[in-house]
Amino acid sequence: MTLHGGHVTGRAASQGGATRSLTVLATGPLTTVQDGGRPGQGALGIGRSGACDRAAARLSNRLVGNPPDAAVLEVTLGGLVLRTGADLVVATTGARCSGAHNAPTVLRAGRELRLGLPPTGLRTYVAVRGGIAVEPVLGSRSTDLLSGLGPPALSAGDVLPVGEPTAPMPGVDLAPVPDPPGGEVTVRVLPGPRADWFPAEAAAALTTTAWEVTGESNRIGLRLAGVALERSRAGELASEGMVRGALQVPPSGQPVLFLADAPVTGGYPVIGYVEDADVDRCGQLRPGQTLRFRGAVAPR
Amino acid sequence: MRVLPSGSTALLVELDGLDEVLGLYAALTAEPVEGVVDVVPAARTVLLVTDPAVTGLAAVEQAVRQTTPRSGRRDGGELVELPVVYDGSDLADVAAHLGVDAAEVVRRHTGTEWTVAFCGFAPGFGYLTPDGEPWHVPRRSSPRTKVPPGSVALAGEFSGVYPRESPGGWQLIGRTDVAVFDVDREPAALLRPGVRVRFTEVR
Repeated sequence: MTLHGGHVTGRAASQGGATRSLTVLATGPLTTVQDGGRPGQGALGIGRSGACDRAAARLSNRLVGNPPDAAVLEVTLGGLVLRTGADLVVATTGARCSGAHNAPTVLRAGRELRLGLPPTGLRTYVAVRGGIAVEPVLGSRSTDLLSGLGPPALSAGDVLPVGEPTAPMPGVDLAPVPDPPGGEVTVRVLPGPRADWFPAEAAAALTTTAWEVTGESNRIGLRLAGVALERSRAGELASEGMVRGALQVPPSGQPVLFLADAPVTGGYPVIGYVEDADVDRCGQLRPGQTLRFRGAVAPR
Repeated sequence: MRVLPSGSTALLVELDGLDEVLGLYAALTAEPVEGVVDVVPAARTVLLVTDPAVTGLAAVEQAVRQTTPRSGRRDGGELVELPVVYDGSDLADVAAHLGVDAAEVVRRHTGTEWTVAFCGFAPGFGYLTPDGEPWHVPRRSSPRTKVPPGSVALAGEFSGVYPRESPGGWQLIGRTDVAVFDVDREPAALLRPGVRVRFTEVR
């Protein structure tokens, strides 16, 4: 990051009189509120949820001087239009839409933030200094599309309250991070608990062939298309716990890579796991992009 | 105990059965392992989710292997009473499957204490296992697209209560007015692992 004194200061975010809020004028295909999610509640059947691209969400918060897991907006394929009720400092990260990106900017009261269609990547994060201050549910403001917990996805006309800043601005003008790539993406894979349910050919196919991200993908997971991964073992698996990054193989043989809204437990064998640090990049993949797995899932 | 890999942040501990799961879960929640942020019991396994900034998987595996499971899964758990109107659409089918009449199904369901073994399927959906005779009830051959909240149901070796309207393939034997999951209540989930449940009949 460049650290020479920023021209954006915290003062702009707290002018008296105006309402610290954002009015949603358009949402694009899907915009939700996301934060660090609901850790530690899996035993109650409550999934973690939270931002799909955690690194991008945290960066957006750092740029506006928020705690890293403050609530931000997760915008899917652009299209979000917001109007501010007060002068607010905002920053966008993740998929680049238009205008300032990876950099804090002041949005003057009454002005609009408009996100176009990003050329690459899927999810753009919009942090606002002070954080999106909707009511938390079970300790988090994240929308979990699988369980239905948290605030509903945004609709035009919603008015989002914005919190008060809790820390000084970081004095960062720009975070020089690369945009999410188009085309083929390679991530690291590690063995899953049920790799031994598959023959060596399936384990090899996973790491030597390309997997297409299909249009059935969402915050719950990427549905991948490629070589059918046949099992070497028949029978039922009792449901067992899993986390984001799990590569589960349903009877079709076409794996599902679970993302933020992964179920707490699943009843199909998990052949492998994407390295946790690489799962964020998977949350930026669009339908039609291809994914390759580097590493081995052979049982240890 | 088999410790299976689950990526760079979690371990899956495989055990012989439900009693072993409850025993290990009870021990791991009574004396948490440092850096473990979530412990998720299921039918044969306990998943340990770690914070990689605090601990490594090798240290967690060692700690789990040194954990003494709590014996006697049904000691000291909170007891929840659930009043049930036994008028479920599948009550007659369940009775026929068990070769008894509906009143006998109700007598057996209310006549034993149940323990929440684990949760899953939906927030607050507990899988309840009986203290007495095991049950074996098949799922419905075709799942319902809408099961009303509060439905009391049976499937396999388990009983459960649907926390909210959802699709479902379990056999419905009755309904309760008690909200088993309420995000505005602390704790939100009534049926947490280890909690004991007694069903009573509302006539």
